[in-house]
Amino acid sequence: MIWFLLKRFLAMIPVLWATITLTFLLVRLAPGGPFTDEKQYPPQAIEQINRHYGLDQPMYIQYLRYLGKLLRGDLGPALKYSGRSVNSIIAETFPVSLELGLWALLVALLIGIGAGVVAALRPNSALDWVSMMLSMGGICIPAFVLGPLLVLIFALGAGWFNASGWVTASDRILPSITLGAAYAAYIARLTRSGMLDVLPQDFIRTARAKGISEWRVIAVHALKPGIFPVVSFLGPAIAGIISGSFVTETIFHIPGLGKMFVAGAFNRDYTLVLGLVVFYSVLVILFNTLVDVVLAILNPRLKLST
Amino acid sequence: MTENQHSTTNASPGRLAWRRFRRHRPAMVALVLLSLLCAAALLAPVISPYPFEQQDLDLGATAPSSQHWLGTDDLGRDMLSRLLHGGRISLAVGVCATLASLCIGVVYGAISGYAGGRTDNVMMRLVDILYALPFTVFVIILMVVFKRNLLLLFIAIGAVEWLTMARIVRGQVLALKEQTFIRAARALGYSHGRILMRHIIPNVIGPIIVYTTLTVPRVILLESFLSFLGLGVQPPMSSWGLLIRDGARMMESYPWMLIYPSLTLSAALLSLNLTGDALRDALDPRALR
Repeated sequence: MIWFLLKRFLAMIPVLWATITLTFLLVRLAPGGPFTDEKQYPPQAIEQINRHYGLDQPMYIQYLRYLGKLLRGDLGPALKYSGRSVNSIIAETFPVSLELGLWALLVALLIGIGAGVVAALRPNSALDWVSMMLSMGGICIPAFVLGPLLVLIFALGAGWFNASGWVTASDRILPSITLGAAYAAYIARLTRSGMLDVLPQDFIRTARAKGISEWRVIAVHALKPGIFPVVSFLGPAIAGIISGSFVTETIFHIPGLGKMFVAGAFNRDYTLVLGLVVFYSVLVILFNTLVDVVLAILNPRLKLST
Repeated sequence: MTENQHSTTNASPGRLAWRRFRRHRPAMVALVLLSLLCAAALLAPVISPYPFEQQDLDLGATAPSSQHWLGTDDLGRDMLSRLLHGGRISLAVGVCATLASLCIGVVYGAISGYAGGRTDNVMMRLVDILYALPFTVFVIILMVVFKRNLLLLFIAIGAVEWLTMARIVRGQVLALKEQTFIRAARALGYSHGRILMRHIIPNVIGPIIVYTTLTVPRVILLESFLSFLGLGVQPPMSSWGLLIRDGARMMESYPWMLIYPSLTLSAALLSLNLTGDALRDALDPRALR
């Protein structure tokens, strides 16, 4: 077991390295820099700025320096926000994105698993049909359509919510639904097919024959193996929720990481973009690994040695 | 009944699949809708009532009327014309980028599965690593860093979407290559290339078609996502994502600018997904629920 964990975590290192190197190359090889469009600076000043940030050094030195700093957990200064480090920007905006992501995940899991179980209990019934149609809708209505439409109907039309912002508790509702809807849809489909596989099996009949209440049979005996596909979907889902926050945070003007990333990308803020990509990648890869480990623990048939 | 049986006995697999597909009522509706959307996009230059980039600043934004069926945007451009031309771009990106990912994925997966052993191991490990990369982030960086043109958009999206195709094809090829007809082909002294192209790939065409159909909506979604963030198709060109971006900006005053593009994009995605699902059921009878 310990070997398995160790192996999984060691396998993360080359992926991380590849991500960092690729991003570094992409961002640095691009024509134009963060200070090229600011014409009001005299050339000497730009030279001085470049020297200050080490941008005048050869590429490989910059790369090695960056890796060295990274190992010490320092993501460097943000070029377009003078006097602020990428670390401090992340520390300020990540909690917002994390909260949004958690709410969205909660929405996705509650609605998704609920709808999936209901659909699987009465396959081909009207209820099944309705929840699967809804889930199809969730897949086909992307966040950047759903978000503005929700704002149009419930904020501008009905006036129940603020159209944007992240201050009051009710500000959390529309963004969470926007971000979570697509994942709720996938989870509903996965839960339905997982439950349909489990429900006809012998051990469910045995549990029913023992006189266990129907609710307990479904919630405890069937659901545990039934949501297996959902657990393996959680890795990509969390990754998707993290990157999906770009759109949601832009729509609702939420001061989170995603909005920062889009702004940084537009401004060609090298270090900010690079730092955020590193941070995202660590998160995504960590979650994927964690999900694999959880799956291995849940499923005794999966060999831990591989 | 007898007529039906008669036609079943001498029907090709393709015709059988078509018959199963036709029985799927929602998918047939979806297919009709899809054909209409494609025809509208293809004929956009002919059927658009106005040139899509023609501005009329005096007119400004107007609600749908008999002159402008879907209204005009804040620059006085006809929404119907922009929607039709936007569909052209969105569908073109969808088809081209899917074809790019199809070619890379099928060739890569087939070679990996056919070669087997260490080559297969290395090639698939590479796919695993690429899978773990946060690709949306990369596409965004790519679009920011380089000049935003359509070709780059095709390449960026195609480069993201080939991974799953490679995995699917590899799995199928692994299962196929030990079968006797492949061994026979090898015994006849055919080259590896010929065996791959003539004997193996035609036999995995089913899953390839199904996955391709399901890739198109994902690609369209990715293009719209990028255009929505302002990183994809650039104005005065038009695409569904771009129209939704403009619509979301203006929805407070001119809600029709948001509603029609949103409906069109969702309808396109819905019909593509339904068609893909029905194709999967039709081409793989064992997967029938």
